[in-house]
Parts: sequence; structure tokens; C-alpha cells
Amino acid sequence: MEQSIYKPGEHPNLPPPSNTVGPIAWVRTNLLSSPTNIVLTVLSIWFLYEIIPATLEWAFLDAAFTGESRDECRAKAGGACWAFIGERFNLFTYGFYPAEERWRIDLTFVLLCVALLPVLWDRCPFRKYGLYFACAFPFIAGWLLLGGFGLTPVDTDEFGGFMLTLVIGVTGITFSLPIGILLALGRQSNLPVVRVLSVGFIEFFRGVPLITLLFVASTMLNYFLPTGTTFDLLLRVLIMVTLFASAYMAEVIRGGLQALPRGQYEAADSMGLKYWTSMRLIILPQALKISIPGIVNTFIGLYKDTTLVIIIGLLDPLGVGRSSLADTKWTGLSNEMYLFVAIFFFISCFGMSRYSLYLEKKLATGYER
Amino acid sequence: MFKSLKIGVITTLLSFAVFSANAATLDDVQARGELNCVVTTGLAGFAAPDENGRWDGFDVDFCRAVAAAVLGDGEKVKFVPSTGKTRFTLLNSGEGDILFRNTTETMSRDADLKLTFLPINYYDGQGFLIRKAYGVSSAKDLNGASVCIQTGTTTELNLADFFRANDMKYEPVNIETNEEGIANYSGNRCDAYTTDASGLASTRAALDDPSAHIILPEIISKEPLGGAVRHGDDQWADIGKWVVNAIINAEELGVSSANVGEMCASAGDNPSINRLCGTEGDAGSWIGLDNKWAVRVIEQIGNYGEIFERHIGPNTPLALERGLNAQWTDGGILYAAPIR
Repeated sequence: MEQSIYKPGEHPNLPPPSNTVGPIAWVRTNLLSSPTNIVLTVLSIWFLYEIIPATLEWAFLDAAFTGESRDECRAKAGGACWAFIGERFNLFTYGFYPAEERWRIDLTFVLLCVALLPVLWDRCPFRKYGLYFACAFPFIAGWLLLGGFGLTPVDTDEFGGFMLTLVIGVTGITFSLPIGILLALGRQSNLPVVRVLSVGFIEFFRGVPLITLLFVASTMLNYFLPTGTTFDLLLRVLIMVTLFASAYMAEVIRGGLQALPRGQYEAADSMGLKYWTSMRLIILPQALKISIPGIVNTFIGLYKDTTLVIIIGLLDPLGVGRSSLADTKWTGLSNEMYLFVAIFFFISCFGMSRYSLYLEKKLATGYER
Repeated sequence: MFKSLKIGVITTLLSFAVFSANAATLDDVQARGELNCVVTTGLAGFAAPDENGRWDGFDVDFCRAVAAAVLGDGEKVKFVPSTGKTRFTLLNSGEGDILFRNTTETMSRDADLKLTFLPINYYDGQGFLIRKAYGVSSAKDLNGASVCIQTGTTTELNLADFFRANDMKYEPVNIETNEEGIANYSGNRCDAYTTDASGLASTRAALDDPSAHIILPEIISKEPLGGAVRHGDDQWADIGKWVVNAIINAEELGVSSANVGEMCASAGDNPSINRLCGTEGDAGSWIGLDNKWAVRVIEQIGNYGEIFERHIGPNTPLALERGLNAQWTDGGILYAAPIR
């Protein structure tokens, strides 16, 4: 075989060997690289073969999408009965909120997205004004949801469904981060009173299960308040959830603070910066960046923990779902209900987790090369 | 010193709470214009929200009846959904005015938890659900069967007692919730499922082919279900008691939502009906209401038979027979004290 002769440095790039690129190579390296992997691959394919067609059959092909009751669904198809979710969709979304006032929840949700955009995305146009709006948003949302000042008042016991989850989740997340930061700083403070109070607070709330706190909020507090002064149940729950999440948040952020080299604190001091200035400009930006995965982890945990409110009789999506199953028209459809609620929670939590990845990548300056 | 001060403060607060609970509930409710009624978060036929979020069911109708008597409008009820764990605290702490939550009346609840029970509105009891294919017609033939049973309930104890008393063996399959029970039973992991008969009816209705299952005739425990109010306000307890009695009496006397307008238009020949209608005597003033209180209840909610038929009777998916809950004149034990 004759070979061309090239001058040094002029040899054209040869294509890579055929067994290292392309789909076949991918399969070989990723799925069939060793006997163990071959067995695992075969088992996985068999497992998927068993699961996927049956699931598709149940959820789509043999499912009933319309019908007035479970019996009508069953008469039409043997699979899932999505008519149940369809009929109850408003209940799942708005809870017991009066039907003619539901536009207020829709508007609040749109405004929430508008308020979140400048907070989460630093290249958002008009970001400065957006941030002002974000600061005003909690008050606007409170007014829209509760009414008063020209809107029909709505009691918080009519809150329910996904809307309740969002109210508790967003409030808890918004307030637990700043409180958590203060507690984490307080725990490292040189002032004994601040330190002892912070440690006491953190250890107390971390040492007690959330369910216990919710029970205290729903039942115990009432014994100590005169009957006339009703202190809104949802407000009590919001406070307890926020305090609980703050304690966890404080520990996550403390981890970030302790991961910073001592030199950063000393450098800040040697610049002559006062405590708050040095924290704001030097310590916290770095500590929070390190803590992002832990912070988002706490957020996701808090968001899912909101389902515990069912124990004290607040009807979140799971609560609405269980009550709906008690409707004699729709009994026995728990699979559909749980799947539907699971999809809602998955979308929310997956969104949060993706955003945290984006943030980590964006802020990964200096450490990754 | 500090400790005794703290105890003092707590005692004062507690006693304050107790005293404030003594205030007239009727006045509170009427001032508020709304009755706070503790119900379950969802039990088929007894209380559940419909697709518009409106609560509906057997227990719910009793809440509405009290509101109709006290406030004149059965829709003026705020439902306080409660779990088995929170129901009594919600009532005792004043967040609920009255409780209708498929609650069994027991001595400890009455005396120890400081509740006043209203007349029993549903006689329930523990039964068995089993596949027809087994050909079992009596619970006494269940020797050797595996039985799905909710742990930590009185039903567990009742089951053990029943099998021991009849010298039979069984294999318990422990479950936590009713949903789990349905799943285990329909998945053939137990031969029979045991819980309160009304619960069995809704479980049976939830199965894919309800007609392939039967509820055995034996009832092995007493579960008298009734409403309750907290101790300390006898007038309010009387109102609850007589609203329930009026609903039961109305059926016995043949007064229903369809004919109440006609029968109560003027005093008739039957003094019992006249007293119920308020056309004779002064029964309303005895409980702090006007004389048309019972008429409003029957007009808006109906009598006992109507409530039963609407939510749990033979034409509903629960398909419960009246059984013990028939009037005493029809072979049941529903026997309400007379209004006089």
C-alpha cells in the first residue's frame, strides 16, 4: 500500500477511528462496556418494556377524558379516569376561593412572575424598576388575595389547592432567606447575647418536627388567646413554616460562611470596612455563592413540606384530592389524583433545581478552569 | 420565684380561655352571622366538597340544619375541616362552634375531653366486607381468614375480641388508611376487610365491581355517631340537641321539606306536629330562638329520612339500608325525645 508523503506540519487531520464515534460507539462505551453493564442494560430494557407500554395504555390510550362520574369513565375505558381531574381542576387550583373572585388569584400569579423576573434574571430590561416592584409585590399580593380597600374580603380559610401551596411556599422562601442570613451571622457574632439567642432559636426550631410546630400553631396557641381574638390560622402556619425554614437556612449559610478562608475576613477588616459593609461587599456574596445548592435544597424541602398542613385541616392539593375522593361520584380514583399532584410538585421543584444549576454556572468565576 | 410566676401566668391564661369559652355561643354565632362547624376533611357520603367547593353530605346537612335554626339560613356555615387528631381541640379552643364529624360517642370523650354529645344521628358498627365468590354468608364462617385491619383503632380490638369469643383464628393484615385498605383488599392480599359498616359501604362502592362483594350481616361493635359541643354552654347544647331531635321527630310525624309549608301553615289536629311547627306552645323561646326554628330546618334541609336518602341511602353509591337507623316505629332504634 502506497502512502502519501507530507511535509512536517502539513499532515491533514484524519477522521477518528470508526469505533470511537457515532451511535454504535456510544452504545458500546456506555451500555455494553463490560459483562456487568451488558446485564444491567438488558435488565433495564426489559424493565422499560414492561413499564412504558402499560403506563401509556393506562394513562392515555385506554383512558377516559370525559364523563360525569367514575361509573361513566369505567363504562368508556379501563384505564385512567382524567375526567375526575378535569371536573375538579378549579378546586385543585383555587381551593374554596369564591368563583367570581378567582381572577384575583390569576392576576396575583401573573404579577408574581413579573416580580420574580428581575430578581432571578440580572439582565432583565428595566431591572431597577422591576426590583422596586418585587419589593412592593408582597403587599399587592396580600391585598389582592385577602381583599378589602375596594375588593370583596375573602377569608383565608377559603384558600386551598395549588394556590395555598404557592402562598405558603413563596412566603416561606421569601422570608426564610433573610432571616436565615441574620441568624447565621448572629451565630458567629462576637456579642454573647446575639450568639446565644441565635443558637437557641436555631437549635429549638431544628430540634422540633414541623408537624409539632403546626399542631402548636393550630391548637395550642388558641388556648392562650382569648376566644374573641381570632388570630388567623393561615398566618400562624406561615409564621411557623417560615421560622422552621429559617433555622435550616441559617445552618446552610453558616456552612458557606465557614468555608471562606479566614483571610477574607481579615482582608475586609484591614480595609477598614465596618461590619455590615464588609459582610455586604465581601463575605456574604462569596458565602451565599458557595451555599446555593444547600439553599435551593432547603427551598425544595420547604415547598414539599407544605403538604403537611393537611394534618391540621388546611386543604392543600393533596387535601383537596383526598376530600374529592370522598365524593361518592369519584371514589377509588386515588392513582389519578396522586399522579396529578405529583406532576405539579415535580414541575415546581424541578424548575427550582434547574434555576439553581443556572445560577451556579453563572457565578462559577475563578474556581473552575 | 420565676418558675412560680410562669406557672401563674399560664394558669391565668388557661382559666381565661376556659371562662371565655363559657360565653354564650348563641350570641357569638348570631353576632358573627356564621356558624363554624367542624367536619371531616372528607368521608364519602358524610362530608365532602363538590366540584365547586360546596360541602355536601350527611354530617354537613346537620351543620346546615343548626345554621337554619339559629341564623335562619342553612348556607351561613363556615366548614372547619378537621382530622381525627384535631377535631376536639378545634371545638374546645373555640374555632368551631359545633362538631358533626362521624364521631363515636364514648365515655372518655364525653367526660374526659369535656364534650357534650348531641343525640345520636347515626348508629354505626363494625362489619366485614368479603367477596361473594367465597360463598360466606356469616362472619361466624370466617375461621382462618386473613383480615385487613386499620392499626391503632378500636376496630383492631373489636376484631380480636370477636374472633376470640367465637373461638376462631384469623390472620391480620395491618394497614394504615382506608385507601390502603381498598388497595390491599382489591389486590387480594386479604380475604376480608373490616371497619365501620358505613365505611365498608363506601369502600365497596369504590371497588371495580361492587356487586361482586357483600357486607356480612354481623355487626361486632357499637359505634353511635353524633354531634358534639364543648362543655360549659348548656343553652347551646340544648339548641344542638333539639335541632337533631326535631329532624328525627319530623320524619316520625310525616313532616318533610315537601309538605312542611302546608302542614305548618296553621295549627292542625295533631298537637305534636303543632308544637314542632311552632303553631302551638312556645318551644322556641325555651332554647332562645323563635318558634319557627324547626320549620326552617325542615324547609331548608328536610327530615331525617330525606337527609339519609340524599347522601347514604339505597339510591346512592353507598347504598346503606336504614337498619338500626330506621324509626322505632319501623323496627329501628331511632327514638327522639318529644318536643313538648
